[in-house]
Amino acid sequence: MRSQIRSLWLVFLHAFRRRETIQYPDVEVPIPPRWRGRIVLSRDPDGGERCVACYLCAAACPVDCIALQAAEDGNGRRYAGFFRINFSRCIFCGFCEEACPTCAIQLTTDFEMGEYHRQNLVYEKEDLLIGGPGKYPGYNYYRVAGVAVGGKGKGQAENEEPPVDIRGLLP
Amino acid sequence: MDVKGTLIVVFAVIAAALAAAAWEIWLERRLLALWQDRYGPNRVGPFGLLQVVADMIKIFTKEDWIPPFADRPVFVVAPGIVVVTTLLAFAVIPFAPGVAVSGLDVGVLFFLAMISLGVYSVVLAGWASNSKYALIGGLRAVAQMLGYEVYLGLSVMGVVMLAGSFNLSAIVEAQRGLWFCAPQLLGLAIFLIAGIAEAHRLPFDLPEAESELVAGYHSEYSGMKFALFFFGEYLGITLISAMIATLFFGGWLGPWLPPPAWFALKTFAFVAFFILLRAALPRPRYDRLMAWGWKIMLPLALANVLVTGAIVTAKG
Repeated sequence: MRSQIRSLWLVFLHAFRRRETIQYPDVEVPIPPRWRGRIVLSRDPDGGERCVACYLCAAACPVDCIALQAAEDGNGRRYAGFFRINFSRCIFCGFCEEACPTCAIQLTTDFEMGEYHRQNLVYEKEDLLIGGPGKYPGYNYYRVAGVAVGGKGKGQAENEEPPVDIRGLLP
Repeated sequence: MDVKGTLIVVFAVIAAALAAAAWEIWLERRLLALWQDRYGPNRVGPFGLLQVVADMIKIFTKEDWIPPFADRPVFVVAPGIVVVTTLLAFAVIPFAPGVAVSGLDVGVLFFLAMISLGVYSVVLAGWASNSKYALIGGLRAVAQMLGYEVYLGLSVMGVVMLAGSFNLSAIVEAQRGLWFCAPQLLGLAIFLIAGIAEAHRLPFDLPEAESELVAGYHSEYSGMKFALFFFGEYLGITLISAMIATLFFGGWLGPWLPPPAWFALKTFAFVAFFILLRAALPRPRYDRLMAWGWKIMLPLALANVLVTGAIVTAKG
């Protein structure tokens, strides 16, 4: 009986406590920077698309929500002909971001993706592409990779030595 | 009072009781939230006051389904009984000097009779639902009501002896000097506990006990019939609170404010206490509830009657 009265009193005292609720649509919810939200495709600092359409994200995706097709421009630079993410399937696991060799696909802190029609949750490439480099400013895949593209030959990347003449005998 | 005056009072009482019951749903959700450090409904209208209206619209548009295995006529009638009997009990409660639907000389008995009839609603609902959880809920309701009604009546007898009348207006008038909560402290405690059990509110909500019995006697109910049960429960809370205020806390008596304001204030204080009980206390085990009722509360209530009677007789 004593403990019942005590718990009545203690619960009553909660009337003077601060309320824990965050009034969400009116007040913004604090979100950690590594939050896994809406997926974007980023660009390198020079404005080119980072995605090289290697299909690794689509292969890593456990729910198969990523669909894309590779294409190549005149300079020998690969890009995604189309890139489609079905967000009604996406589970926001972040595996695609981990798989991406060029830091192109990234998860953001945005989670307000409510739609009235399921079809609107299928995002095309133009919906996914953003203007900037996202989480990795200054990173340009083609500038550090050893592949030759238009305007940059073998051995011209950063920290890359000129190619070895494999037929020569000199060390 | 003439016929017109009585009619006005009747409709005012019905309107007040229904409005109070409706907004108690809102009050309960807000108060529970307050004691659980959250906000509760605060979106519809100022402070969420129109939440009730939104809920009403929703429940009116819900499918009112009667299960094919149910006993149809009884199933339909059962939810109405609790609302009708509880509203009838409001007839004898005096809201201000001379303002009551009926100044019945056996007001207390009428109140006890009406809330006893209310148990039929629960039992018939549990029986007519023809499903095991509803039936168990109904059975529990019967056992609980039987046990707790006995000393609900006995606990009031102390007050009746002190006031020398069954008339509720006379009981209030008898408290001009001293509210009966002081000489009848034990009676108040017993009446309060029995009243909670009578309104089957937490912690004595074993007839519906959602963690054990789905929803007890109203498991099979939906739509407007479920709403009637819900409404009946809140009407019951209001009724028991009003009775506590009338019998033990001097009803409309009080300085400065007009009598109906005092009455409403006292009633809502007890409604808030009912809600606090819900926020704080867990449900007792069923056998403990019954043992507590028959083995502790009943002897206490009898002792209370005995001692009060002895004192009243000794004073002459």
